[in-house]
Amino acid sequence: MTVASNPSPRTQFAETRLVRKKHRSELIAKCFFGVMAAAMVIPLILIVVHVVKQGMPSLSWEFLTTNPRLGGIRGGIWSAIVGTLYIVTISLCVSAPIGVLSAVYLNEYAKENWFTRIVHLAVVNLAGVPSIVHGLFGLGAFVYAAGMGKSILSASLTLSIMTLPVIIASTKEALASVPVSFREACWNVGATRWQTIRRIVLPNSISGILTGVILQVSRTAGETAPVMLTGVATFKAVEGTGLFLYNPFTDQSMALSMHLYYIATQANNAPPSLPYAIATVLLSVVLLVNASAIGLRAYLRSRKKW
Amino acid sequence: MLTFVRGKNGDDTELISNLDPMRETKKIEIENLRLAYGGKEVIHGISFDVRANEIFGIIGPAQSGKTSLLRCINRTIEFTAGAKVQGMIKVDGQDVSRMKNVYELRRQVGMVAPLPVGLPLSIYDNVAFAPRAAGMRNKHHLDALVEKCLRQAALWDEVTDRLDSLGTRLSGGQQQRLTIARALSHQPEILCLDEFSIAIDPVTTMRIEDVLKELRKEMTIILVTNLVQQARRLADRTMFLWNGEIIELDSNEVMFSDNPRNRKTYEYVNGIFG
Ligand SMILES: Nc1ncnc2c1ncn2[C@@H]1O[C@H](COP(=O)(O)OP(=O)(O)OP(=O)(O)O)[C@@H](O)[C@H]1O
Ligand SMILES: [Mg+2]
Repeated sequence: MTVASNPSPRTQFAETRLVRKKHRSELIAKCFFGVMAAAMVIPLILIVVHVVKQGMPSLSWEFLTTNPRLGGIRGGIWSAIVGTLYIVTISLCVSAPIGVLSAVYLNEYAKENWFTRIVHLAVVNLAGVPSIVHGLFGLGAFVYAAGMGKSILSASLTLSIMTLPVIIASTKEALASVPVSFREACWNVGATRWQTIRRIVLPNSISGILTGVILQVSRTAGETAPVMLTGVATFKAVEGTGLFLYNPFTDQSMALSMHLYYIATQANNAPPSLPYAIATVLLSVVLLVNASAIGLRAYLRSRKKW
Repeated sequence: MLTFVRGKNGDDTELISNLDPMRETKKIEIENLRLAYGGKEVIHGISFDVRANEIFGIIGPAQSGKTSLLRCINRTIEFTAGAKVQGMIKVDGQDVSRMKNVYELRRQVGMVAPLPVGLPLSIYDNVAFAPRAAGMRNKHHLDALVEKCLRQAALWDEVTDRLDSLGTRLSGGQQQRLTIARALSHQPEILCLDEFSIAIDPVTTMRIEDVLKELRKEMTIILVTNLVQQARRLADRTMFLWNGEIIELDSNEVMFSDNPRNRKTYEYVNGIFG
């Protein structure tokens, strides 16, 4: 009976005990990793809910738009918001162009040699320096040596140096995601490096570059230690509620991160909901900025051209 | 035509006749070319000429240095860190290593890579890229040039009504013809094709081969190919390169006959190489 001894296709595809075991371990692995991934979300939700709930009593439109009074324990946080805005804007206006341009140089022009290796080493190590050390550096370099004094400018420049290596790294990554074959095709038809960068490389990496820069907004807004040493005051009484509250070259300012730190740790008579209200605002800024970065990336991805 | 040529003794000059019909004009002259990547030599001093308006086939197994050779000719080898070129390459009698305007050299030597590359631009812009990079701005001239190149590459009929759509969205075979159109867009005198049929179907390959037969009237073509029969069909002369050395360079009648000058050629051509 030769026919019977041949395994029929049906038995080959049937679910044997071994196959069931495989299915089971597959399922267990999937659930385990899924739970771990979900666990990531829980702390975020808990933090947001806790902070917002505790801060609710102090939160109002007025809280956002009036200046702090009585050493910061009364009134709103408008001048701190403006201070943060100044610092973030100035520091990114400095670090974004420098960072992006040096990344373009490193990725598109530089040949592998001792100079570029030193630059790479510097970038990596600079990214690992703790922010308080950046603060001390800023204090020595900008506040004293360069004679800028404690000012918005000093604080911003300190943050620029802190964000620079991260911007360089993210920009390089974005540039490297454009296939080399595109560049070679351009060089083959007699295009210069610059023509290739301008027409092909930059248009196709701009989404990654911008996302990397935008993510530094939330980082700059959240830092306390570097700005505390270089130009942000615990409390500063200012008049008016416009956008032009400070002269960035000479004035110290308030900032959200510093204000939160001060109210939460040093001020005695502040209402208990106040630090949480400030934290809510800071958190909203961070989440909003991150969301816009994600949105921008998704939008530009959808227009991806290859 | 009479030419003065330096004699064997070095200082006396001889008169020789250049009227010999067998002496065709040399488009590319390569003398004792050596190439090393980071100290490892991969082309070991080869010399040969490519004549004007011929189809010059280059065959040889993987790693024999065919692609590297082409990259030496248009000097894109300079983009590879650690690559060192020695010896002489002349295009139209001019030493390429001395050329100040390397971009003009690359426009004179069109290059088609093995894998099709549609740039992430519209089909029109893909073809207009090179002329624009060379400074051409006139819309009418560009339109005419784009149409001419797409026609030459046998792609025009398929894309006339969607010149604005992305080049990267074309099929592989269409992208390869787009690549050829782009290589033609800077009006080269020499066209190098590096295993152009590696990623496309036989029908498209045949269409492109017909295109090449047309193009040879206007330009010199260097055809690097893994398909021995393709070189046999198209080339006038074929060079067999192996491990960075020329095994044989002959007219196709000799190369693909039953007794080429080198035994290895016969074995490679007939697939018994090993
Ligand atoms: N960028 C590079 N860096 C170092 N070595 C290289 C580089 N490109 C090529 N080589 C080496 O040079 C030799 C010749 O390579 P080449 O690409 O020229 O061969 P090929 O004849 O085109 O092969 P194939 O038929 O596979 O395309 C190989 O040994 C390869 O490893
Ligand atoms: Mg090759």
